Amino acid sequence: MGTSIVVTSGKGGVGKTTTTANIGTALAMLGKKVVVVDADTGLRNLDLHLGLENRIVYNLVDVVEGTCKLKQALIKDKRLDNLFLLPTAQTKDKTAVTPEQMQELVENLKNEFDYVIIDCPAGIEHGFENAVAGADRAIVVTTPEVSAVRDADRIIGKLEAKGLEDHQLIINRIKFEMTKKGEMLNIDDMTDILAIKLLGIVPDDEKIVISTNRGEPAVTDPASKAGQAYKNIARRLLGEEVPFMELDNEESGFFSIFKKLFRR
Amino acid sequence: MDFLKLFSKEPPSKDVAKERLKLILIHDRANVSPTFLEMLKSDIIRVISDYAEIDERGLEIKLTKAGEEGISTPALIANIPIRKMKDTAK
Ligand SMILES: Nc1ncnc2c1ncn2[C@@H]1O[C@H](COP(=O)(O)OP(=O)(O)OP(=O)(O)O)[C@@H](O)[C@H]1O
Ligand SMILES: [Mg+2]
Repeated sequence: MGTSIVVTSGKGGVGKTTTTANIGTALAMLGKKVVVVDADTGLRNLDLHLGLENRIVYNLVDVVEGTCKLKQALIKDKRLDNLFLLPTAQTKDKTAVTPEQMQELVENLKNEFDYVIIDCPAGIEHGFENAVAGADRAIVVTTPEVSAVRDADRIIGKLEAKGLEDHQLIINRIKFEMTKKGEMLNIDDMTDILAIKLLGIVPDDEKIVISTNRGEPAVTDPASKAGQAYKNIARRLLGEEVPFMELDNEESGFFSIFKKLFRR
Repeated sequence: MDFLKLFSKEPPSKDVAKERLKLILIHDRANVSPTFLEMLKSDIIRVISDYAEIDERGLEIKLTKAGEEGISTPALIANIPIRKMKDTAK
């Protein structure tokens, strides 16, 4: 029996789909059998992040409506044999599926896979209810901005009200230069404000755009900082102790030693 | 080095963000609307008026947090200026 994890945020555009694609891929790279599920019916994107958009025949709504078997809707990843995508419909809306149907679907997937990672839509309405329905754990994604943090807090409250107590935070798009100047909420500020365990921090990284352009998650690029952060997160999900990324390490080498000397 | 910043007393914007967020979240978590506070205010005025003459305009009710740092139990703080105690209170 596998574990299901929903990736949620409240606020839109903070990096849920990026996170789902990267954690799913990273877990598969670590040898786990993984399925990533797009629960953003009507605004599907997870297929694009994985570069699988041209292979979609059936989708989640077809499965729920009985048009096809679950197996027929699963799409195998290009690179990894143990990674699958369950896409959703682009031309239906979120009410096409009920939370009960979603729960049953996730249960079935858990029989086949080690990890079921569910990409939640923005908001707190029907789409959110569906996405969390079958989840054992939750990952709350936020960015270091007041509006995203506020919405994350709201989501944490909702998860707790549902009895989903196993939830952890990812802070995405941290800009080290800004936090250093005190112009951006830092990690301590955020864990202080939101009473939730920190799962990981992901730096703001231009390479993410390039990864999405190509449909290749950042974790497949060894040079990507965000990719490295997501790989660390995947290992933490498996129970490993991995120290949080030093966001300072762009300054390495000769000059940084001087800088550090003078900073003290 | 930004010399203007060196002399100004403005706190870094992230501290402003943090303080604002803390206050917002107290309200969000307690699920308290401004109308709720207004209703509470008029009820308090009604009850206290039986015992004391109060300065309604100076009356202030706000939601803050009690308890230690990190544990945020909401707390209502009321500041009720009394002009004169009524005879019934004596
Ligand atoms: N660490 C990062 N560094 C730089 N850009 C990022 C990072 N994470 C996400 N982005 C960018 O932010 C945008 C939104 O990302 P994404 O689609 O994953 O968010 P989302 O939460 O799924 O959005 P929605 O709520 O619309 O579903 C994308 O353009 C993505 O490239
Ligand atoms: Mg998304």
